[in-house]
Amino acid sequence: MAHLARLDVDDELKETLAGQLSDILDYIDTLKDVNVDGVTPVSGAAFMNNVLREDKQEPSPGPDVTLANAPERDQDFYVVPNVVK
Amino acid sequence: MNLHTLTIAQAQDLLAKKEISSVDLTRAFLDRIDKYDNTISAFITVDPGLALKQAEQADQMIAKGKSQAFTGIPVALKDVLCTKGVRTTCASKILEHFVPQYDATVVEKFKAQDAVLIGKANMDEFAMGSSTENSAFFVTRNPWDTDHVPGGSSGGSAAAVAARFCAGAVGTDTGGSIRQPASHCGVVGLKPTYGRVSRFGVVAYASSLDQVGPITRDVTDAAMMLNLMGGHDPKDSTSAPEQMPDFTKGIAMFKEKGLSGMTLGIPREFLNLKGIDPEVKTMFESARKTLEGLGVTIKEISLPHSNYAVAAYYIIAPCEASANLARFDGVRYGYRDMDSDDLIEMYKKTKSKGFGPEVQRRIIIGTYSLSSGYYDAYYGRASQVRALIMDDFKRAFDACDIILSPVAPTPAFKIGEKVEDPLTMYLSDIFTLSCNLAGIPGISVPAGISSTGLPMGLQMMSRHFDEMSLIRAGYGFEQAVNHIELPEF
Repeated sequence: MAHLARLDVDDELKETLAGQLSDILDYIDTLKDVNVDGVTPVSGAAFMNNVLREDKQEPSPGPDVTLANAPERDQDFYVVPNVVK
Repeated sequence: MNLHTLTIAQAQDLLAKKEISSVDLTRAFLDRIDKYDNTISAFITVDPGLALKQAEQADQMIAKGKSQAFTGIPVALKDVLCTKGVRTTCASKILEHFVPQYDATVVEKFKAQDAVLIGKANMDEFAMGSSTENSAFFVTRNPWDTDHVPGGSSGGSAAAVAARFCAGAVGTDTGGSIRQPASHCGVVGLKPTYGRVSRFGVVAYASSLDQVGPITRDVTDAAMMLNLMGGHDPKDSTSAPEQMPDFTKGIAMFKEKGLSGMTLGIPREFLNLKGIDPEVKTMFESARKTLEGLGVTIKEISLPHSNYAVAAYYIIAPCEASANLARFDGVRYGYRDMDSDDLIEMYKKTKSKGFGPEVQRRIIIGTYSLSSGYYDAYYGRASQVRALIMDDFKRAFDACDIILSPVAPTPAFKIGEKVEDPLTMYLSDIFTLSCNLAGIPGISVPAGISSTGLPMGLQMMSRHFDEMSLIRAGYGFEQAVNHIELPEF
């Protein structure tokens, strides 16, 4: 699960987490007692559909603003470790 | 005159009459921060030079007769709101050095009125927590008793208001994060209807639950601050197009006709819950009598699925968090682990070094609940239970205008008491989080003080976009209840 979540959990935390997560999941299992037959799930509380805006060009803040917080950059690009080996 | 004791409304009045200046007011708060924030630790970032510059600017605007409601009023911001050019950390190591290139819409609104942004307040990391103990930097202490937590996740904002480090503060509330710390610190906290206040520029935790709102000394200030903060924002697609009334009219309504004609509901499921402190029960009983004395009708109502709100919440919020926090991958901003020579390893190390244990815990719960094979049983089912909880409220509001409950099952607990036991910590949100699941507004108003000297709040919830009823009833209750003096120091 940690791999799926892209986390590198160390052994000590792994142990604490395992116990805590099993308590939490046991508690969450109480949801199985609820009769949800035919209930349409909701994913939000906004009650709006298809919020659209006019499709028009807006000025871009430009690379210096966009890249201002880049941990590593080369000219106008973000630098990341090797992706293709 | 002790300038730091002024409410927003009082300060506005004196600034308008030119009896005080914003510079003097700002200095009074900065002096207190300087003296007492070593103990309270409400703030992550304070820039006195910048605050005084804003105060000077405000004084110039006032001198020119261009004053608006918040001109010159010193306000604290939870460190989850992006502030252009001022570091915004979310109390996380992953954003320790992050300097936003733009302002959150709410911040823009304060700036447009020349308010003074006095500091960025501490919080639980990424707003995940109920005690502010999950801050990666330090624990905030409750001004009423520094051995106790201020609540959370907006604990720094609530403590700053209670310690009178600012005239008011902005918090965010995903499961009670405005109301619960307000209750624990003896101040007023208002979570508006989902969509009432723009979330643009507010670092996302659980997007379908997050809402921005005021933490203030009293209900009048909360109404004024909501007037400023609310309104449709094209930059937030969930921002509501609803009209913004003048919320101070709720106060005028109370002055004119009291609370007559209002029906208040008490959910019977809440009365028999286990784990409620007897003093909270006594406070609630006496709050009920106070309200009856104001002429309301009180009814017992039912929220049949309320017992499942905590379980549903602790699936839905982590699911949304696991998706939202995937962006902190070390590529575009924030901390990056520089020792990895492989991209996936870089992601993993960056996150595990950058995020604290509670954040990682929630990311894992969310990833698990959304994973193939478990989605239907967890996220799917929780979303259905959320629909049932919404229906419960809809039915309940056919029978009453406001639903009453305590804010928290106990007064503020001791620092360290619940850190090792996240489930117990989650259960302390029992009264507040169904409000977020349903998207309705809720307010916390100080209602009493425990025998150990800690404040306790009363929660009122109302229909979608009916914050006006909360202001009216909250103001009435505030006037009727024995006045709660903030701790003197």
